[in-house]
Amino acid sequence: MNFELTKEQEMTRKMVRDYAEAKIKPRAIDIDVKAEFPEDIFKELGELGLLGIPIPEEYGGAGSDTITYALAVEEIGRVCGSTGLSYAAAVSLGASPIYYFGTEEQKQEFLVPLAEGKALGSFGLTEPNAGSDAGGTKTTAIKDGDDFIINGEKCYITNASFAKQIIVTAVTGKDDRGKNIISAIIVPTDTEGMTISSNYDKMGVRGSDTAEIVLEDVRVPQKNLLGDPQQGFKQFLHTLDGGRISIAALGLGIAQGSLDKALSYAKERKQFGQPISSFQAIQFKLADIAMEVELARNMIMKAAWLKDQGKNFTKEAAMAKLYATETAFRAANQAIQIHGGYGYMREYEVERFLRDAKLLEIGEGTSEIQRLVIARQLGC
Amino acid sequence: MNIYVLLKKTFDTEEKIQVSGGKIEDDGAEFIINPYDEYAVEEAINLRDTHGGEVTVVTVGDEESEQQLRTALAMGADQAVLINTEDDVEEGDQVTTVKILEAFFKDKEADIILAGNVAIDEASGQVGPRLADKLDIPYVTTITAINIDGETVNIERDVEGDVEKLETSLPLLVTCQQGLNEPRYPSLPGIMKAKKKPLEELEIDDLDLDEDDVEPKTKTTEIYLPPEKEAGKVLEGEIDDQVKELVSLLKSEAKVL
Repeated sequence: MNFELTKEQEMTRKMVRDYAEAKIKPRAIDIDVKAEFPEDIFKELGELGLLGIPIPEEYGGAGSDTITYALAVEEIGRVCGSTGLSYAAAVSLGASPIYYFGTEEQKQEFLVPLAEGKALGSFGLTEPNAGSDAGGTKTTAIKDGDDFIINGEKCYITNASFAKQIIVTAVTGKDDRGKNIISAIIVPTDTEGMTISSNYDKMGVRGSDTAEIVLEDVRVPQKNLLGDPQQGFKQFLHTLDGGRISIAALGLGIAQGSLDKALSYAKERKQFGQPISSFQAIQFKLADIAMEVELARNMIMKAAWLKDQGKNFTKEAAMAKLYATETAFRAANQAIQIHGGYGYMREYEVERFLRDAKLLEIGEGTSEIQRLVIARQLGC
Repeated sequence: MNIYVLLKKTFDTEEKIQVSGGKIEDDGAEFIINPYDEYAVEEAINLRDTHGGEVTVVTVGDEESEQQLRTALAMGADQAVLINTEDDVEEGDQVTTVKILEAFFKDKEADIILAGNVAIDEASGQVGPRLADKLDIPYVTTITAINIDGETVNIERDVEGDVEKLETSLPLLVTCQQGLNEPRYPSLPGIMKAKKKPLEELEIDDLDLDEDDVEPKTKTTEIYLPPEKEAGKVLEGEIDDQVKELVSLLKSEAKVL
């Protein structure tokens, strides 16, 4: 057993922290207030090679690993949940499925620009009546000559307004038992019939783009089918497993950020003639947050390590996501409490951490879905 | 062009520093490339990109210094040399470091050596100039701009906030000041490539030195943190009265007069 990071992992963590502190942190409040997607930051993240961390060099990536990727998400999330979420979604949901399931031709055409940081990709699974219950998918893709014609509606799709392409899930037929066959199809966003709009007024992660997509007779070649047409469902379960590690890492970042802010405030703030950090009521809160942050980190690192080793990580990823995101919410909530009235003010940032953390308990599978996944892995 | 950079690993002064038993606690301290040396690395890479050649980063340190060298390689340096003194040198100072570097550079044909203006830990600013002196090449400290044309080098240097412009020639040693450039972040592909770049590890024995040759000339008697800064005092009233009060405070409280 070895809990030490490699030199490359340590260097990446430091580089991302330095970048996040210098370039993202000063804008985090503004990104939240204006609810504006920071396109220029994503250009820089691309130039730093961060959008292709776990993708091999032959496809334009850095050829690094899941642990390094999780460290990068954490460091970005520590200063800005919006940027962290869009970053995690771009890599885990936009790029990774093409790497896992794409043909060589699809990888060259669709993955390379993403991994090189020249474009963003998106993943369109959720519909008004389907999400984790993918069986309820209403979007259809019907074969017509060499093409698919896709019709349907997607909602809450991260980064779609800025994406070059979207991996869309759609019903392509029925199996022997009469159940819907769900496939994944790569749809370039400039295809005729695609309408992408982002009109959501969100509670948190306001600077992360969230869009609604309407597909009306959208025609794409059948060669854009991603992976096995019969295994679409299994494929996005695998994709979501990986995505969960990154959302967990984002939760960890927010929790760590909350701890950092609460601790430094508690040491500065004086009441009754002493810093409030000398009161046990505050100490116990800080100790609890610190413990949970550390536990979340260990769980995430274990899930990421399992993935890097090519071992099964479904249960661990769900545990990491569940625990780290709920830790983020609790940590941000307690950080506000420690800040008192100041914590309720935007300027002190911990109220934003709470709003951002709430999304993580919902997106990419709610906490309840994570519990279902864990229970299923236990054999229930 | 044969470009060398002198790099030092320092603790991150933005992180908490703890002193115990007259030593800075290594445990829990974060280590970084001395920030002034980062300017040197960045400038070296830029010079190479303009004039061709190779950038070699050299450090005198311990095994842990490999991390900082790899970071410099990830930024774009071509190769690195770690002179590991962990086992051979118990106490060292600027004399020690310069002796070692002098021996290292003896058979190198360096066109330019770049170093930081000072290291943020001990801030002596001695190693660069002393090394240049030993190697018998000119040196310019605290540079904020450099332009090389053939053998001629035009430099701007920071002199207490003013700019001094001067002309010198290669081979040359310079120490870098804030304002010279904006050091790049090591990119992810850079970090991955750095793994495969050559990093040579030497001990002083390899440079035909032994412990006695590099004995320090100074002795550290005590290390302590500066006293915590207390709240300032703003004087009020007529100027004449303020001056009187200030003088009396300087005498009675600050005891500097």
